[in-house]
Amino acid sequence: MNVDFTAEDIAFRDEVRAFLRERLPKALSEKVRTGKHLTKEDMVGWHAILESRRWLASHWPEEWGGPGWSVVQRYIFDVEIALAHAPRIVPFGVNMLGPVLLKYGSDEQKKRWLPRILDGSDWWCQGYSEPGAGSDLANLKTQALRDGDHYVVNGQKTWTTLGKYADMIFCLVRTDPSAKKQKGISFLLIDMKTPGIEVRPIVLLDGDAEVSEVFFTDVRVPVENLVGDENLGWTYAKYLLTYERTNIAGVGASMAALDQLKEIARSEQKDGKPLAEDPQFAARLARVEIELENMKTTSLRVLAAAAHGGAPGAESSMLKIRGTEIRQEISSLARRALGPYAQPFISQALDEGFTGEAIGADYAAPIASQYFNQRKLSIFGGSNEIQREIITKTILEL
Amino acid sequence: MDFNHSEDRRMLADTLRRFLAERYSLDTRHRISASERGYSPEIWGELAALGVPAALLGEPLGGFGGSGFDLMVVFEALGRALVVEPFLGLAMVGRLLADGAGRADLASGLLDGTQIAAVALYEPGARYDLTNVTTRAERSATGGWTLSGGKAVVPQLESATRIVVSARVDTGLALFIVPRDADGVSIKGYPLVDGGRGGELVLQAVQLPADTRIACGDDALGTIEAAVAAGIVALGAEAVGILDVIKDSTLDYLRTRVQFGVPIGKFQALQHRMATVAIEIEQARSAVINAAAALDDDRLARERAVSAAKVTLGRVGTLVAEESIQLHGGIGMTWELPLPHFAKRLIMIGHQLGDEDHHLERYVRLGRG
Ligand SMILES: Cc1cc2nc3c(=O)[nH]c(=O)nc-3n(C[C@H](O)[C@H](O)[C@H](O)COP(=O)(O)OP(=O)(O)OC[C@H]3O[C@@H](n4cnc5c(N)ncnc54)[C@H](O)[C@@H]3O)c2cc1C
Repeated sequence: MNVDFTAEDIAFRDEVRAFLRERLPKALSEKVRTGKHLTKEDMVGWHAILESRRWLASHWPEEWGGPGWSVVQRYIFDVEIALAHAPRIVPFGVNMLGPVLLKYGSDEQKKRWLPRILDGSDWWCQGYSEPGAGSDLANLKTQALRDGDHYVVNGQKTWTTLGKYADMIFCLVRTDPSAKKQKGISFLLIDMKTPGIEVRPIVLLDGDAEVSEVFFTDVRVPVENLVGDENLGWTYAKYLLTYERTNIAGVGASMAALDQLKEIARSEQKDGKPLAEDPQFAARLARVEIELENMKTTSLRVLAAAAHGGAPGAESSMLKIRGTEIRQEISSLARRALGPYAQPFISQALDEGFTGEAIGADYAAPIASQYFNQRKLSIFGGSNEIQREIITKTILEL
Repeated sequence: MDFNHSEDRRMLADTLRRFLAERYSLDTRHRISASERGYSPEIWGELAALGVPAALLGEPLGGFGGSGFDLMVVFEALGRALVVEPFLGLAMVGRLLADGAGRADLASGLLDGTQIAAVALYEPGARYDLTNVTTRAERSATGGWTLSGGKAVVPQLESATRIVVSARVDTGLALFIVPRDADGVSIKGYPLVDGGRGGELVLQAVQLPADTRIACGDDALGTIEAAVAAGIVALGAEAVGILDVIKDSTLDYLRTRVQFGVPIGKFQALQHRMATVAIEIEQARSAVINAAAALDDDRLARERAVSAAKVTLGRVGTLVAEESIQLHGGIGMTWELPLPHFAKRLIMIGHQLGDEDHHLERYVRLGRG
C-alpha cells in the first residue's frame, strides 16, 4: 500500500496551481474568500476560463470535451481549485446532466446539449423535488402527457437551486399516470423560456433567494427532449444522484474552509492569547481536522474503487453524509470562533461594491449566515437520513 | 418543594402571553426587527403599561419583582413570541442599580418605559472577559468623570436612553451611567442575524457628573457579575420559551408531513432523534430553574448555577436548532416558516453573555474555589 501521490501527480498539481495563479482573477477569488455573493457572470466567467483549458468537465470522456484525467488527478484538481478560492463549478450541467446524457442520452442529444454545457450557452437547473415529493421523490406528480410530437407538462417543482438564472431545466415527470411510483417516470429536458413556465423565488433563512419554485402550465416540450426511454427515468435519476452526492461531499471545500477557520482562530483573541491556543477550541478544531484527514483517504479509496472512474454507487451516500457533517462542523466552529461578533449581520456587506465599514474583524461578515445556510447540506441531494437508509439497505443489507 | 410558579407570576405570564399572541405576530416581529429603530416604541409603551418592567425590577427601584423566577416567567413569554424589544438591558440594570442604595432616581422612567437601559460591558477584542476593560474613567477638574473607550455588540443600544458602562479607574473597575445624548457618545448600529439591532459604542472624552458612578472597585466586579447572572437567567428563560415553541412545531410537522405514505414521525430514525430533543429540552429547563433559584444566593452558588445553565443552553440550543431544521427538511430552511427564526435566535443566545466554552471553563474554575 502506498498513500503518497506519485511524481506525476505532484507535477499535475503544480500545473493546476500555476494555471490558477495565472488565470483565476484575483478579484474573483477574493470574493469567494470573503464570502461575498457571486453573480451569474462571475460563475459563467469562471466556467469559460476553465473551459479555455478544457478543464471544466473533469470527468467527461475526452471525446466529449473532458481532459481524460485519472481519479487522483480529478481529486487533486477539485482540492486545488477549492484551496485557491475559485468559485465552485455550478454542478447542474457539468456534474449532473452531463453524466446522464453521456450514459443514457442519444448521440443526437449528446451532440446538441453537451457542447452547450461547456461553452456556457445553457445554464441548467434541477427539477426533481416537488412539494409532496422530497425524500419520497418517486411520489412526484408533475405530469407530461404525450400530444403528437410534444409532451404537455403540468405541475410544480420546488427548491430549484439558481432556477432564476436557468435557461434549461432537467425534470423528472410522470408520463404514465396509471403506473405505480418509480415506474412511469421519465427524464425530460425543458427550455425555461417555453410559455407556461413561471419561476418564483423562495427566500431562505439567511435572507437570500437561492432557490425557486417552478410552475408548469400546459408547457409543450418536443419529444426529442426525452432522455432515454419513456417511463425508465427513475434509473437515470438515481444514476445522477450518485454524482450529485459525491459532489456535495466537498472534501476540497472543507479543506479550504478549515484553512480559513484556522486563520480566524489564530486571529481571534481569548484571554490575551490566540483562540487557536485555547484548549477547548483547539480540541474542537483538532477533532474536525482529524475527521477531514480520514475523509480524504476514505474519499480517495471510494473513488478509486468505483468502476470506470465514474461516481461510486451506494458508497456516494457515505461520502455525502460524512462530507457534509464535516463541512457543517467547520462552519459551526467559525461561528463559535467569532464570539459576540457572530451576531451583527449587514446583508448588503456580502454584495459586490459594498463600501460600508466592517463590524468586527473583516472576515466576520458572512460567517453566521453561512453557518445557517450550510444546514442545507444535510438536507439536499437526498437528506442524510435517506443516505443512511440507502447504506442500511444496499451496503449493509439489513 | 413546588415547581409551580406563584399565582401572581402565573397571572403575569398569562397576561403577557395573551398580549403578545394578539399584538406580536411573527410578521409584526419581522417588521419591527427590520425597522430603523429595531424595536417598537408603541409596543414597548404598552408592555410597560402592563407592568412588565415592574416585574423585572425589585422593590428598592419601585418594582415588585426582579427575582430569578420573575425574570423567568417574563422572558419565557418573550421567547415564545421572539420579542426583539429591549428587555435584556432592563433585566440586567435591575441588578446594577439595586446595590446603589437610595439611587431610585436613576431608575426613574424605567418603570413606565420612558427610559430605556442598555448594559455595555464587553469590549472589542475582549471576547467574553468582563475584566478585560480598556475604557478609562478619569477624574475631571470639576470633580466629575471623563470617559473614553468603546464597547462591543450591545443589544438594542440605539434604543437606549441610559447606558451602563464599565470602565477602568485607578482603583480597579467602576460602573457609570452614561446618558445617550451626552457629548462624545457615538453609536454605530447594525442589524443582528437573529433579528433586532445591536451596536458598537464609542465614548470620546464624555464628561459625566460625579454621581453617575454607581459602583467601583471589588463592588463593581461583584455588581457586574450579579447583573450578568440576571442576564443569563433572562436569556435562559427566553431560550426555554423558544425551545418549547420549536418542540411543538417540530412535533406538529412530524405528525402531518407525509412521505412514503406515512407521517414522517412514524420513522423510528426520527422518533429517536425527537426523543433526544425532548429530553435535552427538559434538562435545559431544569438548568434555567436552577439558575433562577440561585440568583439571590451567595456568589459562588449563583455563579456556578448560571455558568451551568449557559453550558447546558449552549449545547442544547445548538442541538435543537440544528435538529429541528433537519427534521423539517427543505421547508425548515425558508424565511417564511417561523421555525428557522426561532432556531437562529436560539443559536445566537449561545453567543451572548459568554458562550458554552467560556462558561464551562468558568464552572471548572469556580469549582476549585
Ligand atoms: C437549499 C436547497 C437547495 C435545493 N436544491 C434543489 C434543486 O436544485 N433541485 C431539486 O430538485 N431539489 C432541491 N432541493 C430539495 C432537496 O432535495 C429536498 O429538500 C430533500 O430531498 C428533502 O426533501 P423535503 O425537503 O421534502 O423533506 P422531507 O422529505 O419532507 O423530509 C423531512 C424530514 O424527514 C426525514 N425523512 C423523510 N423520509 C424519511 C425516512 N424514510 N426515514 C427517515 N427519515 C426520513 C428527512 O430526512 C427530513 O429530515 C434543495 C433543497 C434545499 C434545502
